[in-house]
Amino acid sequence: MELALSVILVLMIFGALFAIHARDLLSAVISCSIVGYGLVICFLLLKAPDLAIVQIVVETITLVIMVAVVLDSTRQEPFTKPDQQEYVSIVTALLIMVVIFFLLKAATGSLDPFGEGSLRMAKYYIEGAAEKTGSANLVTGVVFDFRGYDTLGEATVLVTAVLGVLTILRIKGKK
Amino acid sequence: MKGMTLIVKKTTQLISGIVFLYGIYVIVHGHLTPGGGFAGGVIVAGSFILLILAYGSDFMHLTREETGSTLTENLGILIALIIALAGMVTGTRVFFLNWLPHGTVGELVSAGVIPLYNIFIGIEVAASILTIFLALLIFKEEITK
Repeated sequence: MELALSVILVLMIFGALFAIHARDLLSAVISCSIVGYGLVICFLLLKAPDLAIVQIVVETITLVIMVAVVLDSTRQEPFTKPDQQEYVSIVTALLIMVVIFFLLKAATGSLDPFGEGSLRMAKYYIEGAAEKTGSANLVTGVVFDFRGYDTLGEATVLVTAVLGVLTILRIKGKK
Repeated sequence: MKGMTLIVKKTTQLISGIVFLYGIYVIVHGHLTPGGGFAGGVIVAGSFILLILAYGSDFMHLTREETGSTLTENLGILIALIIALAGMVTGTRVFFLNWLPHGTVGELVSAGVIPLYNIFIGIEVAASILTIFLALLIFKEEITK
């Protein structure tokens, strides 16, 4: 399973890289969605169907909206001339990459082996959650019962996002 | 905006109802099978988006629909909040208390208030995704006018 995951992750990285360098914006959007759909397969392999359903649906709708937006534009990325500052940026990016790589390596060394062990808090959720909440789907039991506050915040984030979209689009439209 | 060709219209006519029903199935069975309010809500919104893209719509119709979806969205989260607050009135007085009887695990009507949360969060998510889509469409119509 780890081999399959590695192959999909490499494919996702290539998709993201191509999305940055593509001339045509439409092909950039399509290759960007490789990342999203690859993530769906990763979730399915890691036995998280709840997340996979949400990811595949949101990815599809985002892709439809993005394609509709891109088809209306000129479909070309505006070309900017490279200058002296570019070398500084490249060196900074490489430095940050090395630092993050070593920090990640040090952090993952102290973790449990892949796919084993659970957090201290998760034990109480897994043991007898079906009797405590009455929900056969453990994820829904955690989301709406143990962590109800979290879910309320999540729903509020969506409402706030809609308010922001409505506000911004109205002001520009009435100009 | 303008609609698409006859083939797209006919296919959408056949498919969108099934997509809508599948979204409702995912929402209602959220406490039994994978899925729930968030996933099902986006699927329901997807069926509406499919219809609007295929058939097209005029400006007045879009604005009226946007008003309705904004209202639905706000009502959905308000009712979910009221259900959560109802836990403060009964029993041990805890916010987000599961105050209805739990029933037997695995049946459709069980798990207390969890299916109710699923349904109202589903309504809220569906309406808000649809509102964002409609706002973008209206913005485009206003620009081109």
